[in-house]
Amino acid sequence: MSENIILDEKNIARVISRMAHEIIEHNSGIEGLVLIGISMGGNKLCERMRDCVERIEGTALPLGIIDATLYRDDIRSGTAQQEVHQTDIAFSLEGKDVILIDDVLFTGRTIRAAMDALMAFGRPKTIQLAVFIDRGHRELPIRADYVGKNIPTARGEKIALELDASGDDRVVITKNSNG
Amino acid sequence: MGLAIKHLLDVYSLSKEDVMYILDTADTFKDISTRDIKKVPTLRGKTVINLFFEPSTRTRTSFELAGKRLSADTINISASASSVTKGETLLDTLKNLEAMNPDAVVMRHLASGAAHFAAKHVNFAIINAGDGRHAHPTQALLDLMTIRDCKGKADGLKVTIVGDINRSRVARSNIHLLSKVGCDVSVCAPASMIPAGIEQLGVKVHYNIKDALDGADVVMMLRIQKERHGGNYFPTLREYSRYFSLNKETIKYAKEDVTVMHPGPINRGVEIASDIADSELSVILPQVTNGLAIRMALLFLLAGGSRQ
Repeated sequence: MSENIILDEKNIARVISRMAHEIIEHNSGIEGLVLIGISMGGNKLCERMRDCVERIEGTALPLGIIDATLYRDDIRSGTAQQEVHQTDIAFSLEGKDVILIDDVLFTGRTIRAAMDALMAFGRPKTIQLAVFIDRGHRELPIRADYVGKNIPTARGEKIALELDASGDDRVVITKNSNG
Repeated sequence: MGLAIKHLLDVYSLSKEDVMYILDTADTFKDISTRDIKKVPTLRGKTVINLFFEPSTRTRTSFELAGKRLSADTINISASASSVTKGETLLDTLKNLEAMNPDAVVMRHLASGAAHFAAKHVNFAIINAGDGRHAHPTQALLDLMTIRDCKGKADGLKVTIVGDINRSRVARSNIHLLSKVGCDVSVCAPASMIPAGIEQLGVKVHYNIKDALDGADVVMMLRIQKERHGGNYFPTLREYSRYFSLNKETIKYAKEDVTVMHPGPINRGVEIASDIADSELSVILPQVTNGLAIRMALLFLLAGGSRQ
């Protein structure tokens, strides 16, 4: 096992700031926008994104958490983790522009499940996807609207966005020693 | 992650980790029932059979809804309308069901140990919804979940169970489960309703409700099963009610913020006074809400995910 830190705290803050600007620009403001983080990886990134948008526009966007576990297609084959997390969306998504936020975009299956899960909370006007890392290897026709970093990886590698409360943020790639 | 068990037959074969895992999973399922669309596709294509050899409304409805809200196909079989009346044995009934490939069978039977027997002979998951005097594990789990909701923890709480301990599977399952998570459990009933040797389960026995309630954080009243009492265990209902009911006099002996529980159906004015059952201390209806979440969690964990 070898660990490789690709991005440090400052880099990460710049990337989030750029993504926030892109989201605001693309939607011509923040009217009707809501941020939904995909549990667990998207939660902290979602909060950072809200803080960043608030710094730029002066208004805090509504924030929700969605857990996609119950909507996964691999729950029966046993490859899905069985841990179910809280879903917390305290507002209707009817007619909203939803920014769906996750840390890493990989096969696309989590995003597919999360979009299905969202539909139980109303019919959004649009769903836009923001991910911090796009690592490739898509298995479904899904792409992100806002990408922090494109980081090509091998399938066996692990990549993680670690947002620490104490401020020790980093992006780490872990390789298997034989890989 | 995953449960270490393949069937849910009783509470003593659950580890403390399994118990907490089931409760945590149930917590996340609670909000599904409050949404506009009360359904998730998790168990799509799975079949759950409710096999009830004893009458039940609450438990059966709860399991049926639990399955439906997870998108499983649920069907109900009650003994009075089945081949049991034609003399089919339990094993034959189970084997016939097995031939139709269900994923889980929820079973209630009047014989203690029926669920264990079933689990030995079938390839699907068995969930015990009550077997004779033995166990009613989902009731105990939902009771623990409700206690945890009210008090924030279970460890160190004083819980008093009042009623027909001898013939109550709810009492037995709760004694096992609550002791496992660190509660201090007492039971209280007329001596004719206390089984011999119950102290070996680590409970204190009281024959006087005032002593039993002294300092109690939680009191669980059990239903007096009128249909099963031929007047053999106490002289009259009125006398039982006078000495063992929870009312505004006896509740004073418990802690001021005591949580009042009852597995239902309640006999108003027999084991519990109406004003207490409807008071703010009572969590009888939240118990029902939690029951649905617990059953959704169990169907998800036992019929949904993989079993290595």
